[in-house]
Amino acid sequence: MAVTLFLPTVLAKLAEGKAIESNGDTVGAIVADVATRYPNLAPRLRDETGQPYPFVTFYLNDEDIRFQGGFDAKVSDGDELTVVPAIAGG
Amino acid sequence: MATATRPLATQLEELSSDEILRYSRHLILPEVALDGQQRLKASRVLLIGAGGLGSPLALYLAAAGVGTIGLVDFDVVDVTNLQRQIVHGTSDVGRPKLESARDRLKDMNPHVHVEGYETRLTSENALEIVRDYDIVIDGTDNFATRYLTNDACVILGKPNVYGSIYRFEGQSSVFATEDGPCYRCLYPEPPPPGLVPSCAEGGVLGVLPGLVGTIQATEGIKLLLGIGEPLIGRLLLIDALRMQFRTMRLRKNPECPACGTHEIRELIDYDQFCGVGGDPLESQEGIPELTPAELKTKQQRADDFDLIDVREPHEWAIARIPGARLVPLSAFTDSLSQFDSARDIVVHCKVGARSAKAVRQLQAAGFKRVWNLAGGILRWSDEVDPTVPKY
Repeated sequence: MAVTLFLPTVLAKLAEGKAIESNGDTVGAIVADVATRYPNLAPRLRDETGQPYPFVTFYLNDEDIRFQGGFDAKVSDGDELTVVPAIAGG
Repeated sequence: MATATRPLATQLEELSSDEILRYSRHLILPEVALDGQQRLKASRVLLIGAGGLGSPLALYLAAAGVGTIGLVDFDVVDVTNLQRQIVHGTSDVGRPKLESARDRLKDMNPHVHVEGYETRLTSENALEIVRDYDIVIDGTDNFATRYLTNDACVILGKPNVYGSIYRFEGQSSVFATEDGPCYRCLYPEPPPPGLVPSCAEGGVLGVLPGLVGTIQATEGIKLLLGIGEPLIGRLLLIDALRMQFRTMRLRKNPECPACGTHEIRELIDYDQFCGVGGDPLESQEGIPELTPAELKTKQQRADDFDLIDVREPHEWAIARIPGARLVPLSAFTDSLSQFDSARDIVVHCKVGARSAKAVRQLQAAGFKRVWNLAGGILRWSDEVDPTVPKY
């Protein structure tokens, strides 16, 4: 399945830009593919064991993946995956 | 999508004829009208932080006629605040932010009562302070206070109008309403210290807190009046560079320890929860230091050593220490082979934290004669050469 992963500006510099095209059947497969292609980005997306962090939320289209099976959530062609890390500035 | 049904401000307070004239553009809006304005006058809103977000928030809430604005802040106005903290002025530099904001708000609208809390919000005082307000607006600048604010709001059943910013991007939502999600539903745990830089370290576009703070002010007023569709169950993402606004769906997590299972019945130690001060990697222990005066002496003696600046090129362009060579920390690992372990190496950055990491990397690679410049280029400017600009 062809999916686009969107990064915030702060992480985009660790990849080739804000939008990364990837292929896979699940959110976890997409994240693993992107992590392999961009090793410097990898530790900002998931922990050493490949699991999601509690301070980085992934949205599959407009839904939080935590309520769709986490990294096991199935993706479809054309889906958009958005990474929203916690920020605290004020 | 949640639709407001009942106003949070339940009391009405009479308006004087001066106030009726002042608020005329509100009074002719049927959605506000006389009773809405009377509600605003009777309402109490607590702002956590009188900084970037707190500035536009306080100004617009005061202008709108919110009767009591509580401000929690213990900082003093610094000249570097003025690029975005528009409630303070140049003549306020050095004054407590509370005093400065109070004067400005009183000038903006003398009918508004400002209550100041010149303290850090803590687990000991939060419930007592929050209890007296209808709504809390989170404009703080750190994770520990955000979790504290969230938990206090959930425990007391006070809506928490959330906003946070970093560089060019922001987030906003309304947490801790009766049926809505809370901050912990969005982020169950904070990132470890040091992973996400603060605005002081990473920078922030000055107008961004204006954008996000006015969104929070809008949400606060909507909640008080009970109009429109508040950001309950929605996370608004703001990208100022693309000027793109997106809303994501936020769900209440039934397992959330704050608003789901309610196992958090009292406030905890939030510094500990956020790992503040407990990370051994952040410790300066075992890192040899040189003071700026000692570095100056070393230079005057014409000692044979390398002075390495590990800041980024855009910081190098602002200010530099004579004789330094730029090797940004972001490329440091790849540059280790170019250093000579037979020579003394002094490493510096802006305040000393990044250069401490560089010293650790050098030590791990076997370098023995390595020092960190204590306090970085800022302390160098303070103690040795004031012509070096601070930033």
